[in-house]
Order: sequence, then C-alpha cells, then structure tokens
Amino acid sequence: METEEIKYQAKDYKSDQYVRWCPGCGDHAVLNCLHKAMAELNIPPKDMAVISGIGCSSRLPYYMNSYGFHTIHGRGAAIATGVKTANPDLNVWLITGDGDCLAIGGNHFIHAVRRNVDINIVLFNNRIYGLTKGQYSPTSERGFVSKSSPYGTVEDPFIPAELAFGARSNYFARVVDVDLKNTTAVLADAAKHAGASVVEVLVNCVIFNDGIHKNITDKDFRADRTVFLRHGEKMIFGKEANKGIVLEGLKLKAVTIGEDGYTLDNILVHDAHTKDNTLHMMLAMMTNEDDLPIALGVIRDVEAPVYDQCVDQQVKEVQAKNPTRKLRDFLMKGEIWEVK
Amino acid sequence: MAEQTKVTTLEKVVVRFSGDSGDGMQLTGTIFSTLSAIFGNEISTFPDYPAEIRAPQGTLSGVSGFQVHLGSKKVFTPGDKADVLVAMNPAALKVNVGILKPNSIVIIDTDSFQEKDLAKAKFTTDNPFAELGLNSIQLVAAPISTFVKEGLADFGLDNKSALRCKNMFALGLVCWLFERPLEEAMHLLQNKFVKKPTIAEANIKALTDGYNFGHNTHAAVSTYRIEGKKAEPGFYTDINGNTATSYGLIAAAEKAGMKLFLGSYPITPATDILHELSKRKELGVKAIQAEDEIAGICTAIGASFAGNLAATSTSGPGLALKSEAIGLAMIAELPLVIIDVQRGGPSTGLPTKSEQTDLLQALYGRNGESPIVVIAATTPTDCFDAAFWAGKLAVEHMTPVILLTDGFIANGSSAWRLPDLDKYPEIKPQYATEYNGEADWKPYRRNEETMVRYWAIPGMEGFEHRIGGLEKDFETSAISTHPGNHQKMIMARQEKIDKIANFIPELDVVGDADADLLIVGWGGTYGHLYETMEGLHENGKKVALAHFKFISPLPKNAVEVLTKYKKVVIAEQNTGQFAKYLRGKIPGFTPYQFNRIKGQPFNVTRLIEEFTKIMEA
Repeated sequence: METEEIKYQAKDYKSDQYVRWCPGCGDHAVLNCLHKAMAELNIPPKDMAVISGIGCSSRLPYYMNSYGFHTIHGRGAAIATGVKTANPDLNVWLITGDGDCLAIGGNHFIHAVRRNVDINIVLFNNRIYGLTKGQYSPTSERGFVSKSSPYGTVEDPFIPAELAFGARSNYFARVVDVDLKNTTAVLADAAKHAGASVVEVLVNCVIFNDGIHKNITDKDFRADRTVFLRHGEKMIFGKEANKGIVLEGLKLKAVTIGEDGYTLDNILVHDAHTKDNTLHMMLAMMTNEDDLPIALGVIRDVEAPVYDQCVDQQVKEVQAKNPTRKLRDFLMKGEIWEVK
Repeated sequence: MAEQTKVTTLEKVVVRFSGDSGDGMQLTGTIFSTLSAIFGNEISTFPDYPAEIRAPQGTLSGVSGFQVHLGSKKVFTPGDKADVLVAMNPAALKVNVGILKPNSIVIIDTDSFQEKDLAKAKFTTDNPFAELGLNSIQLVAAPISTFVKEGLADFGLDNKSALRCKNMFALGLVCWLFERPLEEAMHLLQNKFVKKPTIAEANIKALTDGYNFGHNTHAAVSTYRIEGKKAEPGFYTDINGNTATSYGLIAAAEKAGMKLFLGSYPITPATDILHELSKRKELGVKAIQAEDEIAGICTAIGASFAGNLAATSTSGPGLALKSEAIGLAMIAELPLVIIDVQRGGPSTGLPTKSEQTDLLQALYGRNGESPIVVIAATTPTDCFDAAFWAGKLAVEHMTPVILLTDGFIANGSSAWRLPDLDKYPEIKPQYATEYNGEADWKPYRRNEETMVRYWAIPGMEGFEHRIGGLEKDFETSAISTHPGNHQKMIMARQEKIDKIANFIPELDVVGDADADLLIVGWGGTYGHLYETMEGLHENGKKVALAHFKFISPLPKNAVEVLTKYKKVVIAEQNTGQFAKYLRGKIPGFTPYQFNRIKGQPFNVTRLIEEFTKIMEA
C-alpha cells in the first residue's frame, strides 16, 4: 500500500497556547520564522524536540506543537546534548538568549559547540535581561546603563560569534528579527547542517532595550550598514548594491565599486565552507565603528565529525567485534569460578 | 623444614598490605582476595588510598593500604585489626601500628628499612619496632628488593621495572603463609599483563621466589589455615561496589527493554562507575563525560526525556551542584537515577574516605517541596540490587531516585554470585500508549492508583507535548500559577512518592525476636552492625538488627518495627541525620544514637562496647 507523504504547513507547528511575549517583541517574528522553516523542512512535529533554558525567549517551546522541554537557567545546551545523543534521529533545537546562553550557560554552550553535537542553537540576542526586568547582559556594551549598572557597566561584552569560533564552531549565522525572509531561510539552513549550528538573532526588546539594534535593522540604513553573506557570492552591500568588502593586508575594508580604483573583481567572494576560520572571524567582527557593515547570513558552514553520530558509531563498532549483548553473558566471560 | 611449621586453623583472619602508593599494594591485595575467594573463603576487602596521587616516596602521607578479611564463615567487614601486616617501608609500619593484633605477623622488606627510609618516616632511632613499642610481633624480615633484583637478573629488565615486582614477592610470601596454591595467582597475572608477557613472567617469578623463600627459610612463624567452605552453587566473581552499581544499572535497562545512558563527571570515589559504563558499549551503553557535574545530570535528564534509562554518578560535592537539576527532573516527573558515592565532607573534605553525611542533602537538598526516592546500598554486592531497584522505581514511578553508596562499599569488594536476571522483578515503564482513561491524555494525566503520569517519548505520534520546570495544571498540563492547583500538584507529587511504599520490600529484622536492644542502621554500615550483633550474641545479649535500604519512602512496617523494642540505637557515620529523619516520622521517638565521623569504617569492638553500655544503662 502506498502512503502519501504528508506536507506540513507552518500552522502544524503552532501549539494552542497563547503567546505571552510583549506586543512588539522581536521574539514573535522568530517564532513565526521557525514555524515556516519547519514546514519547509517538512519534519514531522513528533520528531522535533525543542529545548530551552530560562528567559523570555526560552518560553518558545510552549508555542511549538512538537515535543518541548522548558528547563532550567543556562542548562539547555547540556539537556539538548543528552536528548540528541540518546536519540540522534530527533531534530533538536535549543532556544536560548544572551543571558541564558552566554552568562549562566556559557560553559554548556562552548562545550556543545566544541563537541559539535547536532543541535540547532537559536541565540536570541537583545543585549538585556528582560524577564528579570532590565539588567545588563553579557552582550551589553561597556558603559551600558541599566537597573544593575546605574553608572554604566565597567566590563566588555562577549561577541557571540567570537566566543563560538573560540569554541571551534563549524556553523555560525547572524540574522535580524525584522528580516523574516532571511531568518526563515537561515533557520532552515542551520537545521540542515549536520553538527552544532549557532544562529544569532538580533532581537528587539520593546520594553527594556527598545531600539538596541535599530542602527542596523532600520529600513533606512540596513542596506548600508549590513552585508548579507551568501556562500559563493561576492560580498556586496549598500542601497545601490555598489559597495563591497575587500581584504587589504590583514584587514577588511569596505569600498565603493568604481571609486578609488576598486572594481568588482577586487570584491571578496564568500567561502562559508573553508575550514580556516580566520576570515570568518574577521567578517563576524566587523562593526560600523570601523566603517564596515555588520555581517549577516551564514558566516561559516563547515562539515566536521558530529558528536552524537560518533557516540552511536563507537557503540556499533564495538558491537560489530563483540557479540555479547546480555549482562549475564558478559559476566560469564569474566574472571569467574564455579561452586558446584 | 616445612613439617615444623605451626599451622593454626582460624575462622577469620585479617591481612593488610601496606606500602608506598607506587608499591602496587592495591593489585597485591586484590589478587590475594580473589585467590582466597576462589579457594572458598568468604572475603571482604577495603582499599585505603592516600589523598595524594603520588605523595613523596616513603613518607607517611604516601602510604596506601589494602585490607582483606578472610573467613570460613560469613564475613561482612574488612575487620578491625590485622593478623598479618605487609609493610613495604617504615612509613607503612608506622601508619598501621595501631591496627596490629598482639602476636601478629609483620612482613618487611629490610632493604627499605635503611637509615634514610627510617628518617623519611620520621623515626628517630634505628630500631623502629622498639620505637613503636612493638614487642610481641612475629617478624618476617627479608631483603625483598635484593632478592627480586637477583631473581630477575636474567629478564633484561631495568632496575626500576624489576623492583616493581617487589609486591609479588610479598604476595608469594603471604600465599605461603596461608597455604594458597600459586596456580590461580599465575593465571590472574597472565591475564593482567596479557599484552606484556615479559612483565607477566617477571611477576610470576617474583611471586614464586617469595613463596619459596617462605617455604624454605621461615619455618618458625605460624602459618594459617582458613577452611574453604561450600557456598551456594553457581558462578562467582569478586566485585566491588562501584562495579556492582554499574552492572545493576545495566541489568535494570535490560529488564526494562530500555537503553542505558550515563552522563557523568569525574569525582572521587565515584569515577569508576563512569569508567565501567564507558567500557560496556557491547551492551549498548552510552556513557558520556560531560563538561561539569551540572552537565552530567543535565545530559542524563535530556536522555531521559528522549526515552533512555538515564543515570548520573557523583559524590557529595557533585550532588550539591546537581540540586537544581534534580528539582527539574522531579517536577518534570522524568525517571532518573542519581548515584552519590558518599565521601568525607563538608566541601572537598576527605575525598578518599567514607562517610554517611549526605543523607539529609539527598532527602531535602532542593528548593521547594521536592520529594524524591532515596535508596542506600548496604554492601559491595548489594550495590547491584540497589542500583537495579533505583532503575526500577525511577522508570515505573517517573521520579528521580538518589542511590546512596559510600567510598567504603564502593571500593570494598566481596565474592558475588552471578545473578539470574530471570529471578529479578520485571520493570515496566508506564507509556502514554497504555493510557485508556476517559479524559484526553495529557503529559501530567496520572494513574489514580499510583499517581504516576503516562510517559510519552519524542517520536511517538499524537503525544507531542511540552513539559518543564514551571508548575503545570493538574487537568490540562498547561502552565498554571493558580494557587489551589499548586497545592494540589505538590500533594500529588508527594502522594506519588508515598505510594511507592506499596511496591518495595518490608523492613527485615534479624536477630532475637525478644531483643533488649534494636540496632538500627542504613546503607554501607550493614556489615559492621551485623558483626556487632553477632558479637553481642556471643556475649549472651539479646539484640536485633533493622538495617534500612529504602529510606524515602520508608518501608510500610518501619514505624511498627522501630516502636516495638525497649531500646533502639541508631548508628551512623554522621551526627545523627537518619535519627533526625526518623524522629520527624515518629512522634515521641527517642532512640539512642551512636555517631562516628572519622572517615573510617566503624570498629566492631568499639560498637560492642558502646552498645553493651547502652543495654546496661
């Protein structure tokens, strides 16, 4: 008997729960993008496990009609590692925020990335603690004034990409919450990547940190202040699509094509698949302060051994050489003596 | 000459191997106890490691010991005092002087009792025996190092490698003392060094030389005979508590038809569980070393969510770190086994020593109302059954279970009859697919009889659901902050744990039915308390022993047992944690208490004295 393949729609991934994020919160957009990305991937909701820690974004599993586990602060990466290692057939997501992932959960995050567990990490970065009502986070800039830093912070922030690459990340992408089309596409792409994928979504907190990413997300400047990277394509940006990135010496530089002797040929072609992460790191670290656009899109996408598959493989290899499957049989092969 | 040797037949004898931590005393002790078990003796062993990996050679802090208690009848403890001491250097002699019985045999390597060696062990004269007041020992002094070097001259080993065989010479001597044939020891050494045949042969040569030295020259000291006895028919192996715990988990997974997952982080004295389960891939075990204690339990919780029988292994400091995650598994109502191999606390405390000081942490060490199951293994081999039960209760009742063992039973070993798993109870997870109630299935829909929720695992179609650390509604399983619902859920979770009393064995009382004193203990002190009871019986006292393995919930008959006797004494290696717990369960309960927290096992002689005082009070 032939079975007709089910084609899932975005609504099939929506749960019946009322979404409790503040009106205008960037998280709503990411949730919708995830529903659409899952429909595009057509993965049955029964095979999807969405794990989260604690924080505003970590409420997301309740809004998915899949298997979901809202856990404890910072530990989502470790729990997701356990889920995926126990059952590599599942499609596992980790929903986390800048506080959950980079402060209390920093250790689990770097080790999940280092091990290259096949989980899809969506890092909602609003550069603030929202659920506890407005303290600075590990991604807040030096001098940032918040309830817990009334005179400004005296510490430098993490740049998530830099930390991820320090942890030997093989997949890192960055998107903005207002760009639904690209966010959906990147989430789907990240899910297809075998190994740990990190998607940093720059989200707006409408209540405690409104406009924190406005400088780059606003329609008026987005084209000039960001570059959307695509593997195999030239790094071109700008309203007129006439600007590009070139490498001069050990530094990246934004140039205008046709000015100062720069032609289209000088513009770098993005190679997300190259193993050497030097250029990926430089791209991820570009800032407007250095007259460079913020890099968006899939910055790095490299194949590497996948932890959960290797754990499985090792069991299979040992089993191929050793036919013992029952405890009693194993014990009988040990150092034993018989009393008759 | 051999004919002149006095042979003393004893029921029980204690041998202690002691030397520098690099002298191979653990291996020597292990081989000797295995030989004795094969011979048919009852054995109980106790390795006593220094805290340092390699303390300076020859110093007091670097002494490593291994004690074995042999008996022709049941032995439960490694024994209080030694009949035979192997002291490979002066430091080993000094450290053990307090545990020597009068007239005990002391074997020394005279090559390691030179002036500089004595100085390292802080002796001030050239006669360590006189200095320690040892005037009634039978000394077997041999230049072991010299003999070993000479004996191995043809093996082409460098000096250092040759001297590593010193321990086998000492073992050979002890085998001669106890009339142990060497064949089994040779076999064990061949297996141990299967990839290094020269080393195997060198060790066997040293062993044989030691035996022959004893046989040919030392007819003057007594040799011992401990009769082998007929044990229950079956296949046996020598096993320590950590290995037994590992096998118990494997057995539970096999019985439940589930995959076993261990998430763990190295910590003394629990690490051997991680080692053992990492090796058992042929049995399908996935054991992973996490980045920290919290990740150890969190990976296990993830694996449990995904449908595995999941466990994490740790010791006291690690249990403290895992507290929040245990609370998550508790409210998510996921099965999870947490093994705490207790060690000396608080904080880093005495990592290589043993205590029972984590009981209240296991029972109450979490935020909120957070009842879970607590079980305590009683002997090295009981670790198997206790771990099996922990897995069974976790899976069948959807709850975290803390299994308390301790450094003493985890590293101690005894002979173990290989279990017939067909005779162990079934383990049946209550999956969502079995739910047939009238209302729709929800993740927190409960079986009314057991209060256990019906478990749906990712991959099961039609049961997609969300759970988590937030309080959920009793009916809908959605997030709820409703005051009445919160209380209802707290009571439901408590009731679920309380009802487990209907599914565990009742408390067993051994000894006199009309006892004047009921001895009460829990966990790893069983052997000492049992021998104490036997000792009191020999003194004509009427006593009984009630030893707890199931602590939360208590067995159904616990209160009845505890209130039946004139006097009750609770003995624990803490300041009275179980006593405090029981007083909370039984209004007006005022037991005597015996508490010792020295990091060392109980001393049976001392217990007999103390309990006699209580009986005479």
